[in-house]
Amino acid sequence: ASRATSAAAGAWSSAFGAKPGTTTTTPTFCDICFWKCNAVASVRDGALWKIEGNPSDPLSRGRLCPRGTGGIGAHTDPDRLRTPLIRVSDRGEEKWQEVTWDEALTYIADKMKGIAERHGPEAMALFSHGLGGTFFKHTLKAYGTPNISAPSFAQCRGPRDVGFNLTFGEGVGSPERTDIAHTRCLTLIGSHLGENMHNTQVQEFAEAVGAGATVICVDPRYSVAASKAKYWLPIRPGTDLALLLAWMHVIVTEKLYDADYIANYGYGFEQFAAYVQAFTPEWAYPETGIEPSVIRETAREMARHRPASLVHPGRHVNWYGDDAQRSRAIALLNALLGNWGRKGGFWVPSFMDVPGYPYPAYPKPARGRLDNPDEKYPFADEAITTGIRNATLSDEPYPIKGWMVYATNLLHALPDERATIEALKKLELLVVVDVIPSEIAGWADVVLPESNYLERHDDLNVEYFKQPFVALRQPVVESPHDQKPGWWIARQLALKLDLGRYYPWEHIEDYLKYRVDAAGLDWATLKRDGLILGPRPPIYFEEGVPAEFYTPTGKIEFYSNQLAEHGFDPIPRYTPPDPGPPGAFRLLYGRAPMHSFSRTHTNRLLADMMRENEVWLNATAARRLGLRSGDRVRLRNQDDVLSDPVLVKATQRIRSDCVFMVHGFGHTAKGLRHAYRQGASDAGLITRYKTDPLMGGTGMNINFVTLEPAEA
Amino acid sequence: MRYGMVIDTRRCVGCMDCVVACKTENNVPEGYCRDWITETTTGEFPTLRHEIRTERCNHCAHPPCVHCCPTGASHVHERGGVVLVTPEECIGCKACLAACPYDARFVHPDGYASKCTFCIHRVEQGLEPACVSVCPTRCMHFGDLDDPQSEVSRLLAANRAHSLLPEAGTQPSIYYIN
Repeated sequence: ASRATSAAAGAWSSAFGAKPGTTTTTPTFCDICFWKCNAVASVRDGALWKIEGNPSDPLSRGRLCPRGTGGIGAHTDPDRLRTPLIRVSDRGEEKWQEVTWDEALTYIADKMKGIAERHGPEAMALFSHGLGGTFFKHTLKAYGTPNISAPSFAQCRGPRDVGFNLTFGEGVGSPERTDIAHTRCLTLIGSHLGENMHNTQVQEFAEAVGAGATVICVDPRYSVAASKAKYWLPIRPGTDLALLLAWMHVIVTEKLYDADYIANYGYGFEQFAAYVQAFTPEWAYPETGIEPSVIRETAREMARHRPASLVHPGRHVNWYGDDAQRSRAIALLNALLGNWGRKGGFWVPSFMDVPGYPYPAYPKPARGRLDNPDEKYPFADEAITTGIRNATLSDEPYPIKGWMVYATNLLHALPDERATIEALKKLELLVVVDVIPSEIAGWADVVLPESNYLERHDDLNVEYFKQPFVALRQPVVESPHDQKPGWWIARQLALKLDLGRYYPWEHIEDYLKYRVDAAGLDWATLKRDGLILGPRPPIYFEEGVPAEFYTPTGKIEFYSNQLAEHGFDPIPRYTPPDPGPPGAFRLLYGRAPMHSFSRTHTNRLLADMMRENEVWLNATAARRLGLRSGDRVRLRNQDDVLSDPVLVKATQRIRSDCVFMVHGFGHTAKGLRHAYRQGASDAGLITRYKTDPLMGGTGMNINFVTLEPAEA
Repeated sequence: MRYGMVIDTRRCVGCMDCVVACKTENNVPEGYCRDWITETTTGEFPTLRHEIRTERCNHCAHPPCVHCCPTGASHVHERGGVVLVTPEECIGCKACLAACPYDARFVHPDGYASKCTFCIHRVEQGLEPACVSVCPTRCMHFGDLDDPQSEVSRLLAANRAHSLLPEAGTQPSIYYIN
């Protein structure tokens, strides 16, 4: 798969900073986040040198984000897990014995067999993140458990997908089907594009800004996106739904909506229009702090550009516990603008038909999933991680005895880490597969070090996109120590569990080649180019895509009978947020462009860009508290949890009733030497959450903190 | 011919991809960088303005770092006016670090002054500097400021742009549109 290119000419003087040498390149795709950009990695004189976007890739368009460019540092990270480990003291003490792969896998398989015999295979749960989890899911399904989950649903995008699904009959997908490049008005609600570095979206955002599109940015913080906006609405946290209702009130009462579109595709519009009459901008003003004139002006502005007017659905939207209904309100506002299936709104994705591998059928579990007993959350269409945690704690509806965790640092991803630790302490088996010694790995019985994405194959990426494609992840360099690729680990574990019939292939290339052949694609081409593009199909209604909505009525549901039947509001209703304790600040968190979750902080290239987080504090509030930028404080939350010291960023760029931190810092795992106790952990302060009644998501922006000077 | 950059700060999100790409392309050691991001906020809540700039050596037409160099290690490259350092001739005296009004230089752990080269090794192969080539927002443009038909010259003609510390009299080759 590698191609030698001409050696960098020896004539370059060292003053140019270039070293002569032989360079080979290998196409693959990135794994620093979930966007899966296609990349080309260069190896010079045997060492990984750089990684760049693949020019033929519709996602990266030849340009990676800083994390992707910095992927080199993930390979060379000296803090990486190097060899399988078995715990030798109490859980969480991070004392280990180095063992062979055979010892580690035999240990796990014996424990899993015991759990299956005594409690049934359903008593094992898998938590996973990303494409790399494919084969672990396969092994665990073959073992017989239905309890397979990812924090990406209940802790991230779930409410959005449910809200849009209830309205349009489909979610917005990932990568999202947002046509930012062609929009003339982009409305962002707490979505900090540019800091949140979803590559294609940020590229299209810059294009839209460059083309003079109006940006309306709703955020308590003057984000980078807000700094590009014509309108920044510094909303009172937790009141977005009031603003959305007021916007819809203006668009409906002033008849600014797309009447033909709604007549053709809408259901229940009359009830909806009657309902929003009450929510005047004057009603919303005391809730949101946004002046009625601004609400009216921005509503008119977004309507003026329809259908090329897009209200971004966001991605990490578990904020206040009303998140699915807020997301549904965003979907309804988009519906008023008539932009679903329209240029500058939401395009319609397509994908290439790549058959799966013909495995034997999985055993049918004797008991169903336990994350959502009695379908308490009727619109949860994926497993709820925190539901599995609850079951582990309560043994209801049946006990969970083992967790396998793949590539997700649950202690930073789930709210209320004390509950997670209590659950971990009850387990008979905790296995963590990761590339770095994360906090969750510190609690494991067995830690399995995975090869980095630049060192391994994974499953194909069969991408739903504007232009569909199939992409291959393949090794660029060898693993530096005794790390193994996920597919190998999952397969070896299956063999030890006597489940070899589920792995008729020996090497993942056999599996991949089977799928590629079955799709009628050329394996050699895929290895050489890294991706094979499908035809660019029609993506808008106006290009001939049929306007189909997969709701019960086959229409865009302004009024939802589904919701009414389950006792929920058929049209979103606003509930004011709970006020915090006097003098406390609401804790908000978000992303930085050079880091992914809590997994990049030991990457030396990326840590050089940001080693620790800061707490953003309104400059006036800082003055009142006698704090200045550069001071170190600890944050104390409403439950008396005290953070590690963190730098103050006193700034005009945030309201005075909240503070903001970049998520994922404040590591306590000792093996993360470069990141250990750098900055403060937002996750540690998120002891409370409010559960979304529709789908079980955990609203996490309901915690409050006070600041106290940190001793030197 | 005079190489320069025109950077559209309106598009820049400050993601630091330019910094990371420079570090991998040029093997810049841990803890150092040849380019960086500067952010300035003006105004008071909620009426604010914010400029994000990617900054580096300005490859000045009047480079004080070259004028003060006692060994000639700091020099102006024959093509495009790019300011370079020859490590073998540098004695690490730091006169150039003191002379540079942009704080663009650092002493490499190997003992010589180091800084942005405009990736002249790439430019002479017909490529853009690494920072420009990776920028997800396409806010950075590189080319010949002396050629009125170049993209950078056309951008300068069509937009209001400023350079950094013009009062220093160094005549920078990097311009910012805002």
